[in-house]
Amino acid sequence: MSETPTLELRNLEVAYTVRGIDRQVLRDVSFSIAPGEAYGFVGESGCGKSTAAFAAMRYLPRNGKITGGSILFEGNNIVDMSDGQVSDLRRSAISMVYQNPATALNPTIRVGDQVAEVFQLNGVSKSDALAMAEQALTRVQIADPIQVLRRYAHQLSGGMAQRVVIAMALASNPRLLVMDEPTTGLDATVEAEVLDLVRELRRDTGTAVLFISHNLGVIRHMCDRVGVLYAGALVEQGATADLFNNPSHPYTVGLLRCIPRGGLHKSTDRLDTIPGTPPALGTKFDGCVFAARCALAEDKCQSSQPQMVTIKGNHVARCFLSDKASSLPRSAEQIEFASQSATTAHEVGETLLNVSHLSKVFTQDGHQVRVINDVSLTLGVGETLGLVGESGSGKTTIAKLVLGLTAPEEGGVVSLDGKGLAKTLNRRDVHDVGAMQIVFQNPDQALNRRHSVTRIVGRAVERLRSFSVSESIDRAHELLSGMRVEATLHSARPVQLSGGLKQRVAISRAFAGAPQIVVCDEPTSALDVSVQAAILNLLVDLQKQDKTSFIFISHDLGVVRYISDRIAVLYLGRVVEFGSSQRVFNGPFHPYTEALLSSVPNFDGSIRKRIPLTGVVPSPSNPPSGCVLNPRCPRKAGSGYETLCETEEPNLTEVEPGHFMRCHIPVAKLKQLQS
Amino acid sequence: MKQYILKRLGLSVITVFLVAVIVFFLTHILPGNVARQYLGRGATEEDLVEFRRVFGLDKPLLSQLFIWIKDLLQGDLGTSMQYRGPVADLLLPAIGYSSKLAGVAFFLIVPISIFGGVIAAMNRGKKIDRVITVGGLSAAVIPEFVWAIVLVLTVGVTFQIFPVTAFPEEGNRGVLNQIWHLILPSISLLLVLFGYIARIARAGVIEALESDYMRTAVLKGLSRKKAVTKHVLRNALLPTIAVIASQVPYLIGGLIAVEIVFNYPGFGTILKGAVDARDYAVLQSGVIISSLVIVGFQLIADILFALLNPRIRQKVSE
Repeated sequence: MSETPTLELRNLEVAYTVRGIDRQVLRDVSFSIAPGEAYGFVGESGCGKSTAAFAAMRYLPRNGKITGGSILFEGNNIVDMSDGQVSDLRRSAISMVYQNPATALNPTIRVGDQVAEVFQLNGVSKSDALAMAEQALTRVQIADPIQVLRRYAHQLSGGMAQRVVIAMALASNPRLLVMDEPTTGLDATVEAEVLDLVRELRRDTGTAVLFISHNLGVIRHMCDRVGVLYAGALVEQGATADLFNNPSHPYTVGLLRCIPRGGLHKSTDRLDTIPGTPPALGTKFDGCVFAARCALAEDKCQSSQPQMVTIKGNHVARCFLSDKASSLPRSAEQIEFASQSATTAHEVGETLLNVSHLSKVFTQDGHQVRVINDVSLTLGVGETLGLVGESGSGKTTIAKLVLGLTAPEEGGVVSLDGKGLAKTLNRRDVHDVGAMQIVFQNPDQALNRRHSVTRIVGRAVERLRSFSVSESIDRAHELLSGMRVEATLHSARPVQLSGGLKQRVAISRAFAGAPQIVVCDEPTSALDVSVQAAILNLLVDLQKQDKTSFIFISHDLGVVRYISDRIAVLYLGRVVEFGSSQRVFNGPFHPYTEALLSSVPNFDGSIRKRIPLTGVVPSPSNPPSGCVLNPRCPRKAGSGYETLCETEEPNLTEVEPGHFMRCHIPVAKLKQLQS
Repeated sequence: MKQYILKRLGLSVITVFLVAVIVFFLTHILPGNVARQYLGRGATEEDLVEFRRVFGLDKPLLSQLFIWIKDLLQGDLGTSMQYRGPVADLLLPAIGYSSKLAGVAFFLIVPISIFGGVIAAMNRGKKIDRVITVGGLSAAVIPEFVWAIVLVLTVGVTFQIFPVTAFPEEGNRGVLNQIWHLILPSISLLLVLFGYIARIARAGVIEALESDYMRTAVLKGLSRKKAVTKHVLRNALLPTIAVIASQVPYLIGGLIAVEIVFNYPGFGTILKGAVDARDYAVLQSGVIISSLVIVGFQLIADILFALLNPRIRQKVSE
């Protein structure tokens, strides 16, 4: 390649000054992106992905500094440039899109003025800039740009806000676009749309892209080449397909094995984990950065630093043992599991929880909003029921209704073991409260920061089991050890623990009252894949051991598929499909499920035709007539049932044994359309 | 939005009414025989009865309250016992003087404090930041009348830069000269309020500087200075406005002390005289007026806050 790369990092070293000491964040990172190429970064959090991205913009936090190496943009070193020159580059040639589009927009300035600002910076008059802003929004496929221009950030949905941010980034026709987790936190369907958009724009403009995501499926779909970062060092790099098909660094191998990819199920497969945690910021290494967690590590890995070795073509790995990487032993628990699962097959017992005709109406600005509409579900002993659907579909509200955190409308009944429960928590007795517990997405917010881990769990035991204080402390220690929280950490406060450990504490607390049912509301969404795998394994173990039932909510369909026995697909507060995990994921699909599944970027790289859901999720305060899906339904047109779909709401009917669907189109017809 | 303002206005009216009732009862539980105090030891029983009749003190307490509020609503502030004249004649000119002082002080305090806060935030952790935050806080712990005396003694008497009285002499009362005389009292108020307002402004600016939208602005290619003026200040100063409004009671309290030191014939001086002389009508009306001012500023701050913040503006107009 004789062409000057758009971006080239040469031996870049970045350090953060923490309490007066420089701590190295990036170690000797070198890579380049050719014009028009998409380069992806993967790795666990804290491994320097975002730092590398922001370094490319020469935008480091206040305590960050470049301690060595160079950042070349089209051959010019931006490390040495003046602030003014860097601003010029940002104005005209490099743009960035990042996570949390909602906060990336100024809350007090109209969206239009913010987009127009980019044009004004390049010397365009205010009125022309506004007209150009309108075009910019059209370019990112915003249907009603004039309307959107006049709104404020808080009036936009997440997907819309991200489109605006992308429009702003593209306004200068940049030659390099840096995207840091651009779709994290967005619904699968919205994510798919945003990714499609980026791909199209890239095709049209030939912009080079630096793409960061913790979601390997997304990286696989978006990038030509991938780099793997660990502890601030680039440990492997290569063409996407090469790297995913033939990972040659033990870290990459481990990372790929953690993911609950299509087809894996808790009954037959245990997820692999990477033991240990990434090293703290600024750790110094004599040998390989990954040696401490590597099951293959030999003496030389501890004592000397490996160089990049070529695997094939431009596929390189920083490992002495790259030829052996694929034989990385599975983690110890994995082996244990294999011997166990042969003897104890997973089985689901008789019905434990029966939810019938649950509805919930909220009053919002004087309007009645029916967020949950006549939901009936059952859950067996030792069973996991997965709830999936876009945000606003009512997943969390159903969980709250079951737990009694909010009362259902007249006619809704939640019964446990055949006994009807009181509608709200404060009218349930201690036994009923202890029988159903919840694990939240964000353990940071769910755990009291001022209490020690033992106290957090101990108090729950005390309340739910009416144990004495000393008994409950003993029980808390037992629980925590059972969740693999080491004894040395029992007196720690949550802030001293990693995200994974905090979630283990939260799970311990949920199990304090020996629950029959635990609701898990996105329990692993804030965690890295390796930690996620460990938590999922833990939940599966607990289920085996105590016959605990789970209601599992997640937007990650791979995770839900792995852990659930049965799955309910929700849309606008209604169950549209309900059946075994196998059935729901293998079809025949409800048209909504079909669209939802097709929007997930496939991790194995196979191309699946995306079935788009057109338009936005309608407001539950004004649901469409007929089938609520009909305005967005990918299978309505040409099915021959259009009139019925538009006028009459279908019932949830059993289309196959144990498989329910809410659709007018007969299942045979769906099967035919979907084959 | 209209509804929001009306609702706030209604609440303000209720607040002032409650203040009126409380003040009325508080002044009437003060011990001592008012009539005897005014008329002296030599007064006969008839004189006392007559005094009570004239000032309505012979009626039951509740009907006194009722009459007082009825009069207030008609704009009649009552009759001063001490000067035997309408309270309005006494208070209104004093309020005029005080407003001048408050106005000068306000225009000095708000921009200087905010500017100080912004400078501190922009230079966070540096020497100038520490000077502003520590200095501001240190100055705030010293009461304004102490500052007033210190200022009079130093820049007034020793260096003779500023006049030591707040009121220019007869025949030399041009606008500029009046303002010139009010600067020293204003500075003593500034010294007390600066630290507080500057800290809030600093916190607001720092929060906005670290926000994702500030990052967006910088990465768009705005220079730091431009990004600050366009994207930071408006968001940062929102909370500051609310805080300034909440400081108005302190400003009024401070005015009273400072006016006395500078011998300025304002509201505070009159009010202090009324307390000394136990002049009910003046005292009650004075408190009602200051509560009106405070509640009024709070109302203005709330409305400004809503106007500047689209999220609230939309919510209230829905």
